[in-house]
Amino acid sequence: MKKLINRHPGPVATWALGLLPFALLLVVYLLASDARLEANPNDKLLPSFSAMGDAIQRMAFEPSKRSGEYLLWADTLASLTRLAIGVGISALMGLIFGIVTGTLPYARAGLSPLITGLSLVPPMAILPILFILFGLGELAKVMLIIIGITPFLIRDLQQRAREIPAEQVIKMQTLGANTWQIILRLVWPQIMPRLISAVRLSLGSAWLFLIAAEAIAATEGLGYRIFLVRRYLSMDVILPYVLWITLLAFAIDFLLARYSRWRYPWFHGSH
Amino acid sequence: MAIIEMNNLWKEYGDQVVLERLDAEVQEGEFVTLVGASGCGKTTFLKMLLGTESPSRGELLLDGAPIPDQPDETRGIVFQRYSVLPHLSALENVMLADELHRHKLIGRAFGGKRKALKDAAMAMLESVGLAQAADKYPHQLSGGMQQRLAIAQALMKRPRILLLDEPFGALDPGIRRDMHHLVLDLWRQQGLTIFMVTHDLAEGFYLGTRLWVFDKTRLDPQAPGAYGARITYDLPVGDCDKGTLTAIQAQADATARTMA
Ligand SMILES: Nc1ncnc2c1ncn2[C@@H]1O[C@H](COP(=O)(O)OP(=O)(O)OP(=O)(O)O)[C@@H](O)[C@H]1O
Ligand SMILES: [Mg+2]
Repeated sequence: MKKLINRHPGPVATWALGLLPFALLLVVYLLASDARLEANPNDKLLPSFSAMGDAIQRMAFEPSKRSGEYLLWADTLASLTRLAIGVGISALMGLIFGIVTGTLPYARAGLSPLITGLSLVPPMAILPILFILFGLGELAKVMLIIIGITPFLIRDLQQRAREIPAEQVIKMQTLGANTWQIILRLVWPQIMPRLISAVRLSLGSAWLFLIAAEAIAATEGLGYRIFLVRRYLSMDVILPYVLWITLLAFAIDFLLARYSRWRYPWFHGSH
Repeated sequence: MAIIEMNNLWKEYGDQVVLERLDAEVQEGEFVTLVGASGCGKTTFLKMLLGTESPSRGELLLDGAPIPDQPDETRGIVFQRYSVLPHLSALENVMLADELHRHKLIGRAFGGKRKALKDAAMAMLESVGLAQAADKYPHQLSGGMQQRLAIAQALMKRPRILLLDEPFGALDPGIRRDMHHLVLDLWRQQGLTIFMVTHDLAEGFYLGTRLWVFDKTRLDPQAPGAYGARITYDLPVGDCDKGTLTAIQAQADATARTMA
C-alpha cells in the first residue's frame, strides 16, 4: 500500500474531485432554499433556481421598461470598460515606472520613496477626495482603480527589473548596447510576461475598487446594480450577478494566462 | 605594444587585500589560463579587465590606455551561467550584437538587412556546432550548448579580449574537454586574445599559451585578508612538467586551507 502522500488521482478522478465541492454546495443551497420557501413562499433570502432564472431572463433578455436597455449587458459593458481603462492605464504606468526605477539608479533614488509612500495610502480613504476632484463621472471611478493598483504594479515590476541577472546587463554592454538599447532589448521584453503576472494578481483588487466606486456613484454597472436591488432584497438578481462577475473575473484571468504562455514561451519554459 | 599591461596593480576591499603588486604584460593573440585557490581573486581580476571593478592602486592598461571603467564591446565575456538572454532564440542571441550596432535607436533590423545579419549569425552558430538549434530558446538547450551559444554571441562582436570565467565549470568532464577544443580552435582561427579562469589545474595546464597561478606569497593565518594574491607562476604552456604541476597544486591547496 503506497503512502497517501505518494498517491495521485488520475485525470477523471481529478475532475470529479474538483467538481464535487461545487455539487455539494449546490445541493446544500437547494435544500436550504426549499426548506425556507416551504415555510414562507415569499422568502427572499434564498430564492429558488426558477426565480433566479426569471430574474436572469428579465435582466439579460428583456429590454428594461424604464430605459429600453438590456440591463445585464449594459451593466457588463460599463463595468468592463471602466476596468479595462483603469487596469490598462495602471499597467502602462507600472511598466514605464517599473522599468525606469528598476533599471536606472538615479530614477530609483528619486522616485522610490514617493512610490512607497503613495502605496501606503489606503485608496478607499481618498475616494471622497476623488469624487470631490473629479465629480461623480467616469473619471473618479477609473481613478480609484488606478490609484488602487498602480503603486503595487510599479513596485512589483521594479523588483522584477532589478532581478534581471547583472550578468545579462553586463553582457548587453559587451555587445555594444547603450542604456536605451538595454532597456529596449533586455529589460522590456523580459518584464512583459511579469507584467501580465502582476496584472493578474492585481485584478482582484481592481474589481474591488470598481464595485466599491460603482456602489457609491454610478448610473449603471455591475456594482451599481447589485447595490441598487439590495434595497428590494432582490437576492434573485444579486446572486446571478455575483456569479456573473466571478465568471468574468475567471475568464479574464484565464485569457491572460493563456496569452502569456502563447506569447512568452521562454518565460514559462524556464519557470 | 602589449594589449594588456599591469603595473603594480592592487585590488582591495576595505582592509582586505585581494590582489597585490601584479606586474605583467600580455601580447595580442595570447591565451592566458588563470588558476588558483578559491577566493584568491581570479574573478576579481577578470572583473577589473571587464570594467565592473576598478583597480585600487597601480595601472591596468588596454592597448596602452587605462582600461575603461565600464563594460563595452572591447571586452567580451562568458560567465559560468546567465550568459545568454533567455528571451531570445539561439539565432537572435547571436544576431543581437550586429542588430544593436546597425540600429542605435531600436536595436533591431528588418527586411534585407536582417537577412544579411541572419546569414552571418548562422555562420557563427555553425562554427560552434549549433546550426540545428538556431530557433530554440536557451532553456531548451543543454548546459554545454548554452555555453557554446554564449561564446558564439560574444565572438560576433570581435572583442579585443575575451574573458571566460569558469565557463565550463558546471559541465560534465567529457563535454568540458570538447568545449576546450572548441575554444582552442576558435582562438586559433580568429586570432583572439583570451583570459580563461578554470578550477581544474590539470586542465589549465594544457590549454592556451600561458598559465598564470594566483596565490598568496605571504600568508598570515590570523588575518588571511592582510595580504593579497600575486601571480606566483607565469609559465608558457607546453613547457611544464609533472613536478611543477604537483608543486603548484600543493601550494594552492595549502593556501585554500589557510583561508577557509
Ligand atoms: N564586492 C566585494 N566586496 C568585498 N569583498 C569581495 C567582493 N568581491 C569579492 N570579494 C572578496 O575577494 C576575494 C576574491 O574573490 P574572487 O571571487 O575574485 O575569488 P575567485 O578566485 O574567483 O574564487 P572562486 O575560485 O571561488 O571563484 C574573496 O575573498 C571575496 O570574498
Ligand atoms: Mg571566481
